[in-house]
Amino acid sequence: MPQSGRALLEAASAASPTPKGVSLHSVTKVFGDVVAVAELNLEVHAGEFFSMLGPSGSGKTTVLRMIAGFEDATSGSIELDGVDVTRMAPFDRNVNTVFQDYALFPHLTIAENVGYGLRVRRMGKSETAERVERALQQVRLAHTADRLPHQLSGGQRQRIALARALILQPSVLLLDEPLGALDKQLREEMQVELKQIQREVGITFIFVTHDQEEALTLSDRIAVFNNGCIEQVGTPNEVYEFPQTAFVAGFLGISNLIAPAHASVITGIDKLISVRPERVRLADAASAVAADETSVLGTVYETVYTGPATRYIIETAAGLRLTAERHNDHHPTAAAAFGRGDAVRAIWKTDHVSIVP
Amino acid sequence: MTSTVPRVTPAEPGGVTTPGPGRVQPAGSKPLSTRLHRSPRLRLLGLLALPLTWLVGVYIFSLVMLLITAFWRTDPFTSKVIPGFTLDNFVRLVENPAYLSTSLRTLSIALLVTILSVVFSIPLGIFMAKVASPWLRAFLAVAITLPLWAGYLVKILAMRITFTENGFFNSALEPLGLSGPGFSYTTVVLTLTYLWFPYMALPVYTAVRQIPANLFDASADLGARSWTTIRTVVVPLLKPALIAGSIFTFSLSLGDYLAAKFVGGSTQMIGSVIASNINLNPPIAAAFSVVPIVFVLVYLFAVRKTGALDRM
Repeated sequence: MPQSGRALLEAASAASPTPKGVSLHSVTKVFGDVVAVAELNLEVHAGEFFSMLGPSGSGKTTVLRMIAGFEDATSGSIELDGVDVTRMAPFDRNVNTVFQDYALFPHLTIAENVGYGLRVRRMGKSETAERVERALQQVRLAHTADRLPHQLSGGQRQRIALARALILQPSVLLLDEPLGALDKQLREEMQVELKQIQREVGITFIFVTHDQEEALTLSDRIAVFNNGCIEQVGTPNEVYEFPQTAFVAGFLGISNLIAPAHASVITGIDKLISVRPERVRLADAASAVAADETSVLGTVYETVYTGPATRYIIETAAGLRLTAERHNDHHPTAAAAFGRGDAVRAIWKTDHVSIVP
Repeated sequence: MTSTVPRVTPAEPGGVTTPGPGRVQPAGSKPLSTRLHRSPRLRLLGLLALPLTWLVGVYIFSLVMLLITAFWRTDPFTSKVIPGFTLDNFVRLVENPAYLSTSLRTLSIALLVTILSVVFSIPLGIFMAKVASPWLRAFLAVAITLPLWAGYLVKILAMRITFTENGFFNSALEPLGLSGPGFSYTTVVLTLTYLWFPYMALPVYTAVRQIPANLFDASADLGARSWTTIRTVVVPLLKPALIAGSIFTFSLSLGDYLAAKFVGGSTQMIGSVIASNINLNPPIAAAFSVVPIVFVLVYLFAVRKTGALDRM
């Protein structure tokens, strides 16, 4: 499909009366006496790259497996393109999955793996071969057609798993931590490739990850999971800059969560507030503060050099610890601006603070 | 006992230094270990001495003796074995229709036993490995292996009581005007399946357990129904286990004669013929015992042709 695939799909969904995409209505899943997912409601729009982000055990993979049909929901309903699929078997759902460890069939060649879904649907041999060829070209692995999965590298296997799922042109593609087993550099390359492929094919992607950076990089929208519930759904910008709960603020990047007791003293707001380390500036204790800024005095408790930036952990007299991040944009040999024990003033723009409801 | 810690007194200049409390004495004072360590050939000899004695001295030797005997002949009057070289025994095997049909019957029994074992053990293996609760799985594993703990004759007797003349099936089916399998070919096949089934079921169950769960998910995800998944994913991955199991069920069935004797009625197997000739005419018995060996070799060769042994 051309670049306009997504636009076409969106137009189609706007025109047709049935709602496209995936919707979950008060879905609950109980394993024994453990509630894995509790009364979950979720709308995933057609054609979007949607991430389910959360720590392990937060229920995100269970939700994915229920959408795929590998697990039955204990209660609630799941709709796919307006059709109730709650009790449908996986092979009857127009959904395909890319598994965490790829799940390629070890006894089949790459071409047979990619063509498996077509063969099962009894598609003709020549058409299958043609479509397999095209799918392999799409992931730039046409030359591996006759190899066995164990002869491929992790990144290649990952792309084959993707090709095997996409060849069936599902209305939703589910990805279960697909990049988890790759090393950092390959992971970043694959992120770019995934995003490109998603834009090309225009299929809804539901992507499970515990890596907040990955979710922020890839997604149109993110659902943050915790303890079987969704804490917040929003665009990457929304969930990062305007966390609705303390958990979201803490899980996405580093956050200075200032408890109401401290917040009321420093800012006069008697609520839990959050300010990101990159928005906190450090200055000498004696330096002046502008009218639109808030500041607090403290001493440097620890410094952490991360390469592109240095993090300073400040402790105030009241015992509050704050993190300030400073880009290392100075001369490479210059000494750090502050050392342990220095008295400093942590300053931020008053309106850069977000209040956590 | 008093302290045995050796002490170095100043009166012993150049004496052995006492190991301190934290030091371990090197274990280098064992000449044999040192010698073995230096000579790889000696080490190999030490490792293989016992198994080789058994393998060559007992196993190979007796097989060779058997093969040699097949070329000897028996004096028809005295029944004395006369060493020599004759192909008469083998010619008789081929020319005598009774021997030929016995060979083919034995082959068909062994193949049927193997097929039945495969057909039973695949669904059982899938159920045990993927469906059953841990408790039920353990129970079934014991249930499968339990017959292995009972004596061979005991099991044949159990089958005899169940299937033959005055057995359970005949009594139960009598009011309906039907009869059970009785002493027959069928009962021999069932009995041998009962005897050798564990040798197929255990490797198959172990192999199913080793198939990652997500391959089942992936297959269903790509549109395959259960039957298609079994045919296209499970069975191909079970091939090595099926072959390992079938070598047992096939060769053990080929060599058996007690089942035929106790539940087969007039059904004769190769083993029955060998058993009845073992005293009267050892050379013909020896010649006949080459037949199952040839069957097994042909079977292994056919399996090898499929390429399934490459991954074993």
